[in-house]
Amino acid sequence: MAWLGSASLVAALLTALYAAGASLYGGIAGERRWVLSGRRAVYCMAALLALAMAVLEAAFIRSDFSFELVARNSSEATPAFYKVTAMWSSQEGSLLLWVFLLSVYSTVVLALLRNRLREIAPYATAVLSAIAVFFLALVVFAESPFTTLAAVPADGQGLNPLLRHPAMMIHPPLVYSGYVGFSIPFAFAIGALITRRTGAEWIQATRRYALIAWTFLGFGIMLGALWSYTELGWGGYWAWDPVENASLMPWLTGTAFIHSVMIQEKRGMLRRWNASLIAATFVLALLGTFLVRSGILDSIHAFGASTLGKPFLGFIAVVLVGSVALIASRWESLRSEGRIDSLMSREAVFAGNNLVLVGICFVVFWGTFFPLISEAVTGTESTVGPPWFNRYVTPLALVLVLLAAIGPLFAWRRMTARALRRAFLAPGALTLAALVAMLALTPAAESPTSLLMFSFVAFLLGVVVQEFSRGVSARRTMTGQGRLAALGGLVSRNRRRYGGYIVHSGIALLFLGVAASSAFVEQRDARLAPGESIRVGDYTLTYREPTARILDDRSGTGAPVTLGAAIEAEKDGKRFKLLPSRNYYGAPEPEEDAPFRGFFEGEATSEVDVRWGLVRDLWVAVQPDLGALEAPIAEADREFRDLPADAQGLLVAAIAERFRRAPSEVNVRVLVSPLIAWIWIGSGIAVLGALVALWPEGRRPLAGLYAARVGREAREPAPA
Amino acid sequence: MEYALALVLLVAAVALVVSRPLRTAEAEEREHAGLRRELEAAKEAKYREIRDAELDRRTGKLAEADWRRIDRELRAEAVEILRRIDELD
Repeated sequence: MAWLGSASLVAALLTALYAAGASLYGGIAGERRWVLSGRRAVYCMAALLALAMAVLEAAFIRSDFSFELVARNSSEATPAFYKVTAMWSSQEGSLLLWVFLLSVYSTVVLALLRNRLREIAPYATAVLSAIAVFFLALVVFAESPFTTLAAVPADGQGLNPLLRHPAMMIHPPLVYSGYVGFSIPFAFAIGALITRRTGAEWIQATRRYALIAWTFLGFGIMLGALWSYTELGWGGYWAWDPVENASLMPWLTGTAFIHSVMIQEKRGMLRRWNASLIAATFVLALLGTFLVRSGILDSIHAFGASTLGKPFLGFIAVVLVGSVALIASRWESLRSEGRIDSLMSREAVFAGNNLVLVGICFVVFWGTFFPLISEAVTGTESTVGPPWFNRYVTPLALVLVLLAAIGPLFAWRRMTARALRRAFLAPGALTLAALVAMLALTPAAESPTSLLMFSFVAFLLGVVVQEFSRGVSARRTMTGQGRLAALGGLVSRNRRRYGGYIVHSGIALLFLGVAASSAFVEQRDARLAPGESIRVGDYTLTYREPTARILDDRSGTGAPVTLGAAIEAEKDGKRFKLLPSRNYYGAPEPEEDAPFRGFFEGEATSEVDVRWGLVRDLWVAVQPDLGALEAPIAEADREFRDLPADAQGLLVAAIAERFRRAPSEVNVRVLVSPLIAWIWIGSGIAVLGALVALWPEGRRPLAGLYAARVGREAREPAPA
Repeated sequence: MEYALALVLLVAAVALVVSRPLRTAEAEEREHAGLRRELEAAKEAKYREIRDAELDRRTGKLAEADWRRIDRELRAEAVEILRRIDELD
């Protein structure tokens, strides 16, 4: 069926070319027929790409190893879930996923906006189609997912073991949905610039898609962090790795964008800034897509080196130069309608938060590309590590949380000092109380930076509670409803505002978890013999015995061999068992005279055991001592090297059993991380808040009420 | 052979779908409805801004005088949108 997939891709490429041309002609000539035809072509492109995706998915599910991609990234033994999601572990599959998501986004947006932005939409359609043309050209001419093998292998090589993690399988589509989603506001911004309709219309029509992209990307980044925490075996969740940074940068500028567009909507200001910001966000999204597979920067997340460097960098350059030239040519029509009236206004705080977000993005960009910059300038490649990033990002993050806290206290345009004092009073008092409690009851004072962050988080949460409380009171006064009904009415009628507050709460809790787990983590590495103990924080951990399993790892990754340790933890008289282990996947091409050694010399992944908790996590990883297996493996290779493949498994099981019964030592890493769970809980709350903000508002009777009031004023003089 | 046949069929199907607007007067018929929807959306957006300002006043963030001025401006803009909608009828 590869022929059907290839034909779909070529047809999609031709269709995308037509969509770009027809839309552009329709826009320039004012021919609606061509605009409609171009839009229909986008729908067709989505259908063709869905067909291509279906063909490839079917090949993975059926383990059709005549597809080179399937043979390289799957195998008979790969669990079904990972077969379904293995497509995007390869470059070809990733690119196909990217352009498929783009076609879906484009179809949804163009269908929903079919009767709006009639001047801008044709150019936006052309831009979206042009982006699709680039990616389709890559999968048709350079990295086809439908390449077939002349000699079909009996089995495939299997999925990269590091990727056999539920979070990592959902992570790529989420991150790509984020990257691709930013192409929607970008395309409409370009359309607005071309047509000189640079008001707020394009923003009002596309801000929802920017928020969808932001939510997907943020959620994807957090799943990546969770994968790092539970799979990579080093104990952290963020290493300022180039690929991590590449996904963070568009999220930062995207965050700035979804705040600054409000200023353009409300006040007609920051038009140049918003156009520049969304162009930068899209360029950074392309860069993120490219970096993960480019191999130009060393990364634990870079899965393979790309051959697409030149076309990708060329496309990024075209987008960047084209956007800058277009913005420059529209400089005058992008002039702001107003000015910031007062520093005590929400727009002033938003402008401040934008500068901080872009500042953080610049720091991350500089640190990420420093190896290339230093090599270009000095000829020597130098890298900067987490301490460098932390030195600059930490103070900026503190300012960011503070601004996120005080932003909701301000009204648009200006606020009187008296109203401001009143607004600050309750959250300020709560912060003071929290500060005193932290100083009295916790070791927070040992880290002034963390103490400051905890205080700002307390202030932010206080502000959010106050905002909800005041809103409910105001609504109860208006409607006479009970508290719960008033809260429901308040949120459902102001979803963007209160959804935003929920997002802020989630992000604040995330920062709480980051600050606490970074400053107060306790870590120990040790080599233990059975029966030996170590103490980490309030926990005593005793290594009881080795463990071994065959084709039975706890995460269901399909690992042939799992070796680990049974560790007993004790805290305050309570005992519980932890079973950290390591999965061994076997060498893809073991040496002929050492088939059994091959079972232990391939990829290996850490399967950490975590005792999750709201107050602290106990995290344990082990590195079994394979030295204990040297003798039995050598003996097996010497005596049974000619054993049939299906019988080799029995002997490997015997070797593993010998490991389990032998009293071997084990290397353990133990971390006790306070409040780290709040990183994941905060992320979940932020996603929930984003969903509240995104939920479509129905047409309510309230609109009619306002229509009546506005209608009355149309006949009467405006109030003085 | 299979590949060529599939490609021809797929391209023909696309051509059939995308050429329909070029063969009918559907596009012109949609013009009027499209403009109305655009204005209706602008009206809803303006009402949201009015509600936002009112909530700011009720929660004490906007002084009465500031709110009246902002509210007056927003309502004037809403009226302009309503007039444009009326003109379509």
